[in-house]
Amino acid sequence: MGRYVIRRLLQMIPVFIGSTFLIFLMVYALGDPVAAMFGDRAPDPATAAQIRHDLYLDQPLWKQYPHYMGQIFQGNFGIAFNGRPVTELMSSAFSVTLRLTLVAIVIEMVVGIALGVFSGLRRGRGIDTTVLVLTLVVVSVPTFVSGYLLQFVFGVKWEWAAPTVALDAPLGQLLLPGLVLALVSLAYVTRLTRTSIAENARADYVRTAIAKGLPRHRVITRHLLRNSLIPVVTFIGTDIGALMGGAIVTERIFNIHGVGYQLYQGILRQNSPTVVGFVTILVLVFLIANLLVDLLYAVLDPRIRYA
Amino acid sequence: MPESHVPKEAIGHGDGGTAALAIGEAESLERAPTARPLPPGGEPTGKPRSLWSDAWHDLRRNPVFVVSALVIVFLVVIALWPQLIATGNPYRADLAKAQQGAGPGHPFGYDTQGRDVYTRVVYGARASITVGTCATAGVALLGGLLGGLAGFFGGWWDTLLSRLADIFFGIPVLLGGLVFLSVVTSATVWPVIGFIVLLGWPQIARIARGSVVTAKQNDYVQAARALGAGNRRLLLRHIAPNAVAPVIVVATIALGTYIALEATLSYLGAGLKPPTVSWGIDISAASTHIRNAPHMLLWPAGALSITVLAFIMLGDAVRDALDPKLR
Repeated sequence: MGRYVIRRLLQMIPVFIGSTFLIFLMVYALGDPVAAMFGDRAPDPATAAQIRHDLYLDQPLWKQYPHYMGQIFQGNFGIAFNGRPVTELMSSAFSVTLRLTLVAIVIEMVVGIALGVFSGLRRGRGIDTTVLVLTLVVVSVPTFVSGYLLQFVFGVKWEWAAPTVALDAPLGQLLLPGLVLALVSLAYVTRLTRTSIAENARADYVRTAIAKGLPRHRVITRHLLRNSLIPVVTFIGTDIGALMGGAIVTERIFNIHGVGYQLYQGILRQNSPTVVGFVTILVLVFLIANLLVDLLYAVLDPRIRYA
Repeated sequence: MPESHVPKEAIGHGDGGTAALAIGEAESLERAPTARPLPPGGEPTGKPRSLWSDAWHDLRRNPVFVVSALVIVFLVVIALWPQLIATGNPYRADLAKAQQGAGPGHPFGYDTQGRDVYTRVVYGARASITVGTCATAGVALLGGLLGGLAGFFGGWWDTLLSRLADIFFGIPVLLGGLVFLSVVTSATVWPVIGFIVLLGWPQIARIARGSVVTAKQNDYVQAARALGAGNRRLLLRHIAPNAVAPVIVVATIALGTYIALEATLSYLGAGLKPPTVSWGIDISAASTHIRNAPHMLLWPAGALSITVLAFIMLGDAVRDALDPKLR
């Protein structure tokens, strides 16, 4: 187990370097960050040259990247567009987005798995078909459409929830945005669980468990569910990274000042430290979530052993 | 079981050759006693159906497939010739009628610029269908080729490709799109297509690699190799026809999601640019007026959702038909 973790961590290094370098390249192509600082006015050449020198921008790209990464690992993410350090921006943005993502994950797990089990056990009947068609419809409506619709219906018309979220993003106000963020994944979790349950429901061990006289709920929760959840866990694990990065649309609709919002600002203002810094953290989250998912396999399925 | 047991035409027979026949035979033999009893008047020693003709046989009877295929054909036709059902000009603006609701001759009302929403919804199909089909073709070709070769040859090329795919997986799609496309000033659909191909190929490459690795181990491939078939013949005649099904399924579903992705990028201001008529752009413009003129948002949003739904349902139906495990 320990050796497996170390091997996986080592494998993560080239992927991490590759992804961040790719983003670094793209941001580099965005344009001159020094010119962007001056807005519409042309900067004084001497001042611009000095800033460029201070920010290490007068070096070639292949030197800038290791320098930048070196700084990041010392905790120096640079200065954001509003003059505050990027780390300060991160601490507020990530705590908001993390809460939003958690709300979304909980919704997609609870509702998705429940719906999946419910329809998987009734495979081929009317209720199953209804759930399947509903999930397809949910998957087909893009988040920015469903977001505006739910915001309009629940937030404006019926006034059940706050249509926009306050700056400190209290948990209660994040329920509706969390639902919007979770919707598409929720449909995938439902379909995955349903397929998995329907396949395993005919397995020998389930028949044995029923023949032993175990109560139905115990057969479902202890035997069937535990074996059926493996693909679902994989999906949810890889989804954490996608949700945090994909919250950009949801955050824009509900005016939440999280990661997506700050990144969007960073891109608009061509502030490379903000963009590269945030994306670096997102890539890390994605890689670690994937590793945790693989380790979780062994817990869920004792047949899987990591040497 | 209807009479038409003999397949009208078999995709697999044409380009799949003996290999497709072989697997089709194996499968229909395997399934024959349980899932598909031969019709009493049918031919007991009849020609076995290939996987493809079997799938086509199922698909023609699947209402989901028929409905989604009809919707897609309709969308493609209006993408090619929008003037067939919309006679107006999508750019013609009459500010006096800004944000007005439906009226005679203008069933969907007007947008903020006073342009006819119906005409714009019809003309918007072109951008979405172009982006969806071109991006999917690019992704399937690039991903299928790279993944297939990696699966077939293995070795360092395989390792390199897998790690490269991991790198692209690590980049959040929307953020990558915002950064990548904010550099681009072109108003055409090509940068968006290029970006989707750039970030989309690893998904197909993984599927193709996995399915080639599985197909490679089959006995008939070993037999062909023992008979002296070269790599090119093995790949084209024996492996590709048997490994292509999962790629087609994933690509069909991906087509729908690419259309949604294009609209989302356009909504964020990074996708298509205004002279192009696009549902994403129109929805974005309408979103700030949802309280007083919801029709401006609902019609393009409905068209977009139906389009995505049609492609996803088509892919779903094709998968059910091609994957015997789910029967």
